[in-house]
Amino acid sequence: MTDTSQVQVTASVDRTTGLSGLVEDWSSDQRAFKNVSWRKAMMWIFLLSDTFIFGIFLLSYMTSRMSTKVGWPNASEVFSLHIGHTNFPLLLIAIMTFVLITSSGTMVLAVNYGYRKDRKLTAIMLLVTALLGATFVGMQVFEWSKLISEGVRPWSNPMGAPQFGGIFFMITGFHGTHVSIGVIFLLVMAQKVWRGDYDTQRPGFFTSRKGDYECVEIMGLYWHFVDLVWVFIFAFFYLW
Amino acid sequence: MVETENTSPPSVPPAEVEEVELYHATSFWTKYVFSQDAKIIAIQYSGVAIAIGFVALVLSSLIRLQLGFPEMFDFITPETYYQFVTMHGMIMVVYLLTALFLGGFGNYLIPLMIGARDMSFPYVNMLSFWIYFLAVLVLVGSFFVPGGPTGAGWTLYPPQAILSGTPGGKGLGIILMLVSLALFIVGFTMGGLNYVVTVLQGRTRGMTMMRLPLTVWGIFTATVLALLAFPALLVATVMMLFDRLLETSFFMPSLVEFGDQLSYGGGSPILFQHLFWFFGHPEVYIVALPAFGIVSDLISTHARKNIFGYRMMVWAIVGIGALSFIVWAHHMYVSGMHPYFGFFFATTTLIIAVPTALKVYNWILTLWNGNIHLNTPMLFSLGFIVTFLNGGLTGLFLGNVIVDIPLSDTMFVVAHFHMVMGVAPILVVFGAIYHWFPKISGRMLHEGLGKIHFWVTFVGSYLIFFPMHYIGLVGVPRRYPELGDAAFIPDSVATLNSFISLAAFTVGVAQILFLYNVFWSLRKGRPSGSNPWRATTLEWQTPHTPPAHGNFGPELPLVYRWPYDYSVPGAAEDFLAQNDPGSLDSGSST
Repeated sequence: MTDTSQVQVTASVDRTTGLSGLVEDWSSDQRAFKNVSWRKAMMWIFLLSDTFIFGIFLLSYMTSRMSTKVGWPNASEVFSLHIGHTNFPLLLIAIMTFVLITSSGTMVLAVNYGYRKDRKLTAIMLLVTALLGATFVGMQVFEWSKLISEGVRPWSNPMGAPQFGGIFFMITGFHGTHVSIGVIFLLVMAQKVWRGDYDTQRPGFFTSRKGDYECVEIMGLYWHFVDLVWVFIFAFFYLW
Repeated sequence: MVETENTSPPSVPPAEVEEVELYHATSFWTKYVFSQDAKIIAIQYSGVAIAIGFVALVLSSLIRLQLGFPEMFDFITPETYYQFVTMHGMIMVVYLLTALFLGGFGNYLIPLMIGARDMSFPYVNMLSFWIYFLAVLVLVGSFFVPGGPTGAGWTLYPPQAILSGTPGGKGLGIILMLVSLALFIVGFTMGGLNYVVTVLQGRTRGMTMMRLPLTVWGIFTATVLALLAFPALLVATVMMLFDRLLETSFFMPSLVEFGDQLSYGGGSPILFQHLFWFFGHPEVYIVALPAFGIVSDLISTHARKNIFGYRMMVWAIVGIGALSFIVWAHHMYVSGMHPYFGFFFATTTLIIAVPTALKVYNWILTLWNGNIHLNTPMLFSLGFIVTFLNGGLTGLFLGNVIVDIPLSDTMFVVAHFHMVMGVAPILVVFGAIYHWFPKISGRMLHEGLGKIHFWVTFVGSYLIFFPMHYIGLVGVPRRYPELGDAAFIPDSVATLNSFISLAAFTVGVAQILFLYNVFWSLRKGRPSGSNPWRATTLEWQTPHTPPAHGNFGPELPLVYRWPYDYSVPGAAEDFLAQNDPGSLDSGSST
């Protein structure tokens, strides 16, 4: 992969902006998205496809919820934490959401430090992001075990419709898998940044392609996407 | 052709990015097995797809044995019959056609046709093939597990798909089927991202989107459809796996099975149908659009004439692709949906006929007054146009709710979709293989054998599927291993069924001829040279045949024109290749 920060746009033509600029770019040769590298384009298209997966999961959830015969459990009761003598509805989930949104912030910092070629701070921010992501997954494990101890199973649910258990575990599980994969990639990337792979143009272990700090931004795209999906899951599961 | 004053040579825009370093394989394993070269991956994809396709062909012969001569073969029970039908359908649609058009032709042709050295992400491309291979292995594995493969029909409708009355429903069959589909989707997504990014971002200098050969447009649009449609299937497979393994009730209503109340309850089988067909209908066009594109190039090349209405053709491909996402419920007219929905989906379905008809007219107008070479690729292309038209016409019957309801689940439907998305794309596959085999191997396929192969396949397909329309119209239901005595079924149906079976065996055997032709020509075929068809597109302009690693030698080709400059007046030959700047004194073409 060429280093896109050193792209040689031999023709220093001012590109038109707006709609006519869009048409001009798409009618040009070589690239439809000017100054977008291959890997960034790939990540965007992958995220589009992944959006469809989550969108269809959520649509299936809505359909099931509307067509089930038994009533749906009350979210503010099911997802409440019992601390002392009071029930705090949505307390855990509020913390989880806060942690995940915060991790988006540290990811932005990592991207920023990456483009400043600040190797150490980038790596630290990536590690913090990974830590926050792992915390999120950990709290999800806690939430799952709490629900399981209360008798919620994929096939049954003492609090109402059996579909609640199945759909909850499936969709949060699918999202949690996304977060976990993200954490693994963040750790790998933190190690690469720390070692200076993006400064020394060290070829990748599997792909033998050279990376640069744009990779941090692409990682960020994925991470923000996973956060954004969580916002929708949060809205549809916990607030409805 | 207008004579214009043109003294300076035509120019192409300067390069925007440096070339990407290619991965150079050193050992046999990295060169030919775990290869990252799109051309090798394409051959791997095609080989596996055609091999599993032959399994599906044998299955179809077994189906026809039962239908043509019921109660004659003891080894075909109703259970095995359902398994044959299911695996035949699923293999042909997903593992053969989708994999062959996108993984096979896509991998081979996209980089060569757009002037790229390879796909954008060769490593991911390699993973794509190996995951596809694993999916095929899992699928084949389901033939050998206790209980055999699933017999749920290729649509895998719940609740029956995971109940014990269905072969494989309580065994491993359905599980392996769903796992294999999920793997296929993962593998395909890796390849699909490659195809889309390569077309959008990896073109050579001068290659604008509106100079892409229609083959690339077809494969590109089909890949976009696949990336957006396969998620629905993935979700459906995951949910059904949970229904089967964890006894969730996503798709399962309350059921009594053999007198036992099952633990399921409250799920919606209709939800599965929606998910399946939200994938399933775009899938039809995932198969059809590459065929549209390839056939356009074949016709133009072998009729020595520019494609009629190139821009219309492009927008028709894109339009069909977009429309294919809002027609899915026309597969579900009998599911009890609201009549207004039926009205909506019937309308959108019939609107698709507009861009499709536009394409057919444009193919005919391309042929009009062309210098038609009736060689094998052209014959297959002509066969495709006729077959697609015939299949499309019965689509008008089935797209209208009121006509569809009596025809639903009859052999008429079977005849319709075999014509339109079975025979028609397969004819294009054959035409494309006859067309590009010289580039892949450096040798021509045997023309005489090719023509015999074409005529037997083409005429045979009509002998199979035309009578099937009639059988469907008299009301014979599909997926019945035998009909027994029914008052509404005339005796002629049994005779016709035997006749169809004989025709089917003939067509099946003719495919062995094709295989023989391929293997014979690989060794003894006439050397083809680099551009035997005098075609304009970039893959025929490579310095090596078959193209070497990196495709184009030291310099990437520069593109000066669209891919359809055939029969150009004043040109040295009768065509101008895309990378031909054109002789200055002979007038320029745009």
